[in-house]
Amino acid sequence: MGYYEKIARINLTTGEIKTQKLDVEIAKKFIGGRGLGTKILYDEGVATADPLSAENKLVYITGPLTGAAAPSTGRYMVVTKSPLTGMIACSNSGGIWGQKLKYAGWDAVIVEGEASEWTYITIEDDKIELHDAREYLGVKSEAVDEMLKAKHGDNASVLNIGPAGEKKVLLAAIMNDKDRAAGRSGVGAVMGSKKLKAIVVKATRTKLDVIADIDALKAATARSMELIRENGVTGSGLRAYGTAVLVNIINNIGSLPTKNWQESYYEQGEDISGETLAEKYLVKPSACARCPVACGRVVNINGKIAGGPEYEPLWAYGANCGNNDLNVINECNMLCNEYGLDAISTPCTIAAAMELYQRGAIKEEDCAGVPLEWGSTKALIEWTKRMGDPETELDWLMSSGSARLCEHFGMPEISMSVKKQEMPAYDARGVQGIGITYATSNRGGCHVRGYMISPEVLGLPTQLDRTVTNEKASWAKIFQDLTAVIDSMGHCLFTSFAMGAQEYTDLLNAATGTNHTAEDVLEIGDRIYNIERMFNKAAGMKPEDDKLPKRLIEEPITNGPSKGMVSQLPLTLPEYYEARGWVDAFPTDETLKKLGLDECVGK
Amino acid sequence: MIEVRLFATLREGRGKVMMLPAESFKNAGEIIAYLDIPPEEVSILLINGFHNKPESEVKDGDIVALFPPVGGG
Ligand code: SF4
Repeated sequence: MGYYEKIARINLTTGEIKTQKLDVEIAKKFIGGRGLGTKILYDEGVATADPLSAENKLVYITGPLTGAAAPSTGRYMVVTKSPLTGMIACSNSGGIWGQKLKYAGWDAVIVEGEASEWTYITIEDDKIELHDAREYLGVKSEAVDEMLKAKHGDNASVLNIGPAGEKKVLLAAIMNDKDRAAGRSGVGAVMGSKKLKAIVVKATRTKLDVIADIDALKAATARSMELIRENGVTGSGLRAYGTAVLVNIINNIGSLPTKNWQESYYEQGEDISGETLAEKYLVKPSACARCPVACGRVVNINGKIAGGPEYEPLWAYGANCGNNDLNVINECNMLCNEYGLDAISTPCTIAAAMELYQRGAIKEEDCAGVPLEWGSTKALIEWTKRMGDPETELDWLMSSGSARLCEHFGMPEISMSVKKQEMPAYDARGVQGIGITYATSNRGGCHVRGYMISPEVLGLPTQLDRTVTNEKASWAKIFQDLTAVIDSMGHCLFTSFAMGAQEYTDLLNAATGTNHTAEDVLEIGDRIYNIERMFNKAAGMKPEDDKLPKRLIEEPITNGPSKGMVSQLPLTLPEYYEARGWVDAFPTDETLKKLGLDECVGK
Repeated sequence: MIEVRLFATLREGRGKVMMLPAESFKNAGEIIAYLDIPPEEVSILLINGFHNKPESEVKDGDIVALFPPVGGG
């Protein structure tokens, strides 16, 4: 239970639509969502596929708790092979689309092949149909959402790609419900490569009716809700200021990367902070389905009411590009949503381009009238548009991410990325544990694959010293494993500011009828982390891909409170591998057997 | 002087930044009390960018930053 036991398999090459029974035993072993999606792709040999070919597959997948009457369960995931990293991609999104997919009775939808003409899919309970999407081509994401709703009814929820995805831009996101994004790793480009513009979902059900033990779920939910309400972060902090409140905290510890990580303290931090956002632009908070936290922002952008930026784009378009104009950040964030672009990697690539310009590698004459100068608001707006709908050679290079861009200009070390994906808004020189999770993240540079900021900066669940390395490797492993569980269940990761492994275990047991202890559940997380790693191994990942940019290891922070610090990753990485039972970045056969991953042994 | 920076809800009715005479305060807790902030409302206390406790000493030239429970991702 917790599953409708149904997977839709849609082949866009042949137009064939099949219903497949979910293997519940396998589902329980990997929970659902991120874990099960990766297991499906691993078994089907997708790891060796060209990410932008018909052989790659897109798994849109819910967890057993998606849509359940439990905290923050409006989440679904897109699992595929990333064209940006060439490794596993799992992008998680909220809104209402995932909940509708579940209520329509589907645990997952697998899209394979490649359509000959642009197509969109409608899912209405059991009924799945393919439609001609040509009239939506070139239309921006929000408008497509409105057009498809006008056609299929207001009770429909729309997921789609914007112009960036259509053009297979490697930083393309998948958007749903207008301003929610499965943002990272170029999942939108995979949709574009299949000529799939949108998926519209409608459901008759209004609740999840496959819960194994409703009373147990009610009790576990009541306990979790109490924790969420009592916790200052989830109870009121995120609603009041959104994730944007981090700008001032991270800046005040001197770990807010500035000008492409050349500095780590931004003098104008206050101008782009959550406090300023709330004071000047906030219209109201917003929430994904079934979420009491409501961290989303609705802002006023020059008279237009639209989704506002989270912490990451505030930083990336702000400090990281040397820009303190918050209104322009709001506008650029909106452009990312409209073009369907990753609102972290896009501005981070602009920041890398600005450093290339500073160093003379990109010349003024290359810039088609919009020089890439630090803090130029015109450059931020114009280059975002160009990356969302590239035409010139430099447009295309930039839209391929900072790793490929900097490689092209012979300065690969300027790219602040891991596995070709841009790192987020925390300088790993000032916060030792987060560097371990950046370097070892299976999807490349990322903060939501083990959010060590929680213990190292926010003091949740307990305060660790951000400057030291001891025990950080084992903390990183536990955070990674628990995150894999939370994602796979269909909860929002932010619930973990208040909830711990026991609460998730109780919710999972209630939904699926299992009898797990918290240790069992963490072991499932470990299994998920390992199968992702084995996917990457099959995809050609090398041990040296688990690394941080040289700047973080060799160049001490140049200014602010953390001046002089470097990442101690060379010390912590071996400790981390030991904690995982890995040798040279990969699990040993013994580790795989212990985790019940016999299918990976000897691979 | 000690520069005190307040954030998020701690600013309400108090302001953003203030300079306080160093000789009047032995530790950060005394500053928190002086500003009439209930101790449980301070969840992160930084002195010069590093986490500290209310009993941590403060001296001339220090920057004390106070945050209520906040988080994000
Ligand atoms: S905490 Fe924020 S991102 Fe998470 S489900 Fe709630 S509104 Fe969505």
